Parts: sequence; structure tokens; C-alpha cells
Amino acid sequence: MIEVKNIEKSFGENKILKGISTVFETGKTNLIIGQSGSGKTVLLKSLLGIHTPESGTIEFDGRIYSELGADEKRDLRTEIGMVFQGSALFDSMTVAENVGFPLRMFTKDNKAKIKERVDFVLERVALKDAHHKLPSEISGGMQKRVAIARAIVNRPKYLFCDEPNSGLDPNTSTLIDNLIKEITEEYDITTVINTHDMNSVMEIGDNILFLKDGLKAWQGTKEEIFKTDNEAVVAFVYSSNLFRKVREAYLKG
Amino acid sequence: MKSLIFKEIDDLIIGSLGIVAFISFFVGGVVAIQTALNLTNPLIPKYLIGFATRQSVILEFAPTFISVIMAGKMGSFITSSIGTMRVTEQIDALEVMGVNALNYLVFPKIIALLLYPFLIGIAMFLGILGGWMAGVYGGFISSQEFINGTQMDFIPFHVIYAFIKTLIFAMLLATIPSFHGYYMKGGALEVGKASTVSFVWTSVSIILFNYILTQLLLGS
Repeated sequence: MIEVKNIEKSFGENKILKGISTVFETGKTNLIIGQSGSGKTVLLKSLLGIHTPESGTIEFDGRIYSELGADEKRDLRTEIGMVFQGSALFDSMTVAENVGFPLRMFTKDNKAKIKERVDFVLERVALKDAHHKLPSEISGGMQKRVAIARAIVNRPKYLFCDEPNSGLDPNTSTLIDNLIKEITEEYDITTVINTHDMNSVMEIGDNILFLKDGLKAWQGTKEEIFKTDNEAVVAFVYSSNLFRKVREAYLKG
Repeated sequence: MKSLIFKEIDDLIIGSLGIVAFISFFVGGVVAIQTALNLTNPLIPKYLIGFATRQSVILEFAPTFISVIMAGKMGSFITSSIGTMRVTEQIDALEVMGVNALNYLVFPKIIALLLYPFLIGIAMFLGILGGWMAGVYGGFISSQEFINGTQMDFIPFHVIYAFIKTLIFAMLLATIPSFHGYYMKGGALEVGKASTVSFVWTSVSIILFNYILTQLLLGS
């Protein structure tokens, strides 16, 4: 579980996060949604330790990040898997080398053991034939799956995804969503996803945090988001005809 | 880390052998021809062609001129490869994993460039060889006269001076482009701009350090 307590973050005069408190639960897909500029990415990067909030705390299962020493922070980072928006695969490495990278860096496993684990996670993301390909030789959807494989190879406790569906076709998006959801439940991971994709909200939103102008405007489940009358949420989520009709149909039962 | 260092040696040192060999050989030849064409006074001995070629190549051409060229070749490669990793979030990925990205990316380059004097040694040899071939086969000087010239008043410290400069330039070549790549912000266009700025600053630093080191090592 990740508990965020009253965090604030500014860049110069511009205050991006204005005292956000929330809980991201274990074994659930926690989604952060909101308009561009609402502070989603800054919140995610603060959770990852890339940005340091000016005030407030972030607790990873009781461990307050800002109070950890350098070694403890490094240990905590090995418990984190991250799927970047553009996949962020290392260009010069093959798919298998990319996936095995965290194991080579942070474990003392021998080559055979690393290969066994890499084979296992690549099979888990349905990419067992892509071992020797370079990132540039595979599609965007496959790159995302490799990024997920790399993120989970070291058995993380926390999985962060920054817009995992961006640039993907609807079928591949659904596949990626379901894969993240399955992995979250299978390995009991605390997953936090930053997304714009309303399909993801409807499909895998166990716990949805809606940000507006750097503040928590609403929080609830995918079922609750259909019923909410929060104006900001309704204006953002149901801005398209399709989702308005889906909502009407849901409310009519 | 070992494999990373070997990869950097391959990219930076082995990958530069061809261009260094080509430039050194022909510039050495041009130095010999230019010297020969300017020695119009019959009282000046021809072996000075060999002497001038040796001095120019060892003291300045190989360590300094090649390093400025390498600021373009290696420097752009280092800045653009690290810069592209920054733009495509690969550096963020390393940091999130808990890897010291700066150390992971720059340290192997510094170690690889400890072999840079090897490249400059080859440039010295090929520069003088090019001068010998241009002088002898161009009909400006006999082989024996050229060889006598290259051996005349030889001061071994000049070679040491050249290699001291080379090692300092190697550190500049590894660190300045890495800095510009690592700390760049923006997108693909900024990667190109960072490469250009890195080339300018590396070249300026090499020329300034060349002046300072020459004054310190030879001037006193």
C-alpha cells in the first residue's frame, strides 16, 4: 500500500500539487486521471522519487520515503517496476537483455537463472519469440509488453505505469490493460497507472483518483464513477457521446 | 560494467581508427609537401622536411588536431547517444530502477578513453609515414634524408608532452559531451543543438588546455 499525505510540489512560482492525500491499495489497479496540467505526471514522478515534494509524506507500506537513508532508498527502488509512456527500452539491447537488465544489476543470479526468469516473464506477456529482437524491430504494443516484462521481472511490490495505452490501437490497449490487471492481482502488487484513456477507467479502474488543478477532486471505483454527480468528473469522463451513452445505459441497469 | 567498457572501446576507439588513419596519413603528406615547396633556399638542407614533419605531427597535429576532429566525431556520438536516452526516458528508467545513471553511462566512456593515447600513437606513426611517402614518391627528398631528418635533434620529452596532452584531451572528450547529453532538456531538435554546443565547448577547451599545457610543460 502507498499512502500519500498532503504532498505539495511547485516549479518556481507554479504550484502543481496543492496538498494531495490518498491511498493506493495493494492488489488493485489504482488509476490517476485528470486533464493535462492537472498534476498527474508530477504526482507519479513524486511517487517514483524523481521529484521531491516540498511538504507532505509518501509511505510505502509504512516506510516514509523522505526519511529513508540512501541504501534504504536504493533497496526500495529495487521493489519498484515502471512502465514509461514511450516504453523507454534500451535501444542497444535486445528484448531479452532489456528484460534481464534489472536482474543483472541487482541480483547475484547466474546467467542460467536469469535466462529462466526472462523466459518466464516474456512468456507471461506472450512474447516468447521476441528474445533476440531489438526494440526498433518490434511494434509499439510489443514494446509496451517488453516494458511490462522488464518492470515485473524483479518481482516488484509496486508497479507504476505512465499512460501505458498511449499510441496504441484499441485492441492492443485492452490487451495491455488486462495484462496489467492480471499481473497486479496475480502477484499482489500495488499498481498505480497515470492515464487519459477512459476505456482503461471503465475496464480496470479499481481505485480512481481524479485530479483537478493540483487537487484531489474525486476518488472512487469504476462503478462509483458511473453514479457520481461530481461536476468536474462528469465533465471530464463523459465529454464524449459514447461514454455519455454508456453511463446512461449503466444507470438504467 | 566490463561489457559496457568493451562496447565503449569498440564505439569510441576502434570505431575511430579508420578516420584517424586516413586523416593522419594525408595530412602528414601535405605537411611534408608544403615544407618541401617552401624550402627554396639551396643552403637549407632537405632533411629539414623530415624534421619539420616529425615535429609538426608529434607536437601538434596528432594530439591537438586529431582531438579537435574527435570532438566532432566522438563528442557528437556521446552527446547524441546520451541525449537520446534522456529524451526517450531511458535515463529516467535507469534512475527509477535505482541505477546510478551518471556513473553507468559516463564511467565506461572515461575508462575507454584511457586508450585514446593508443589512437594518437597510431596518428603519429601514420602522419610521419604519410610525410615520408609524399616526400620520397613525390620526388622532393630521398628516403635516407627524410629518415635522417626525423631522427635529428630528437627530444624524447616531446613525445611524453604529447601523450600528457592526449590524456587530458581524452578526459575532456569523455566528460564535456557527456555533460551536454546528460543534462539536456527537450526533444530531438535539442539533441542536435546539444551535440553542436558540445562540439564547440570541447574544441574550445582542447585549444585552451593545449595553450596552458604547452606553456607549463615546454615554456618553462
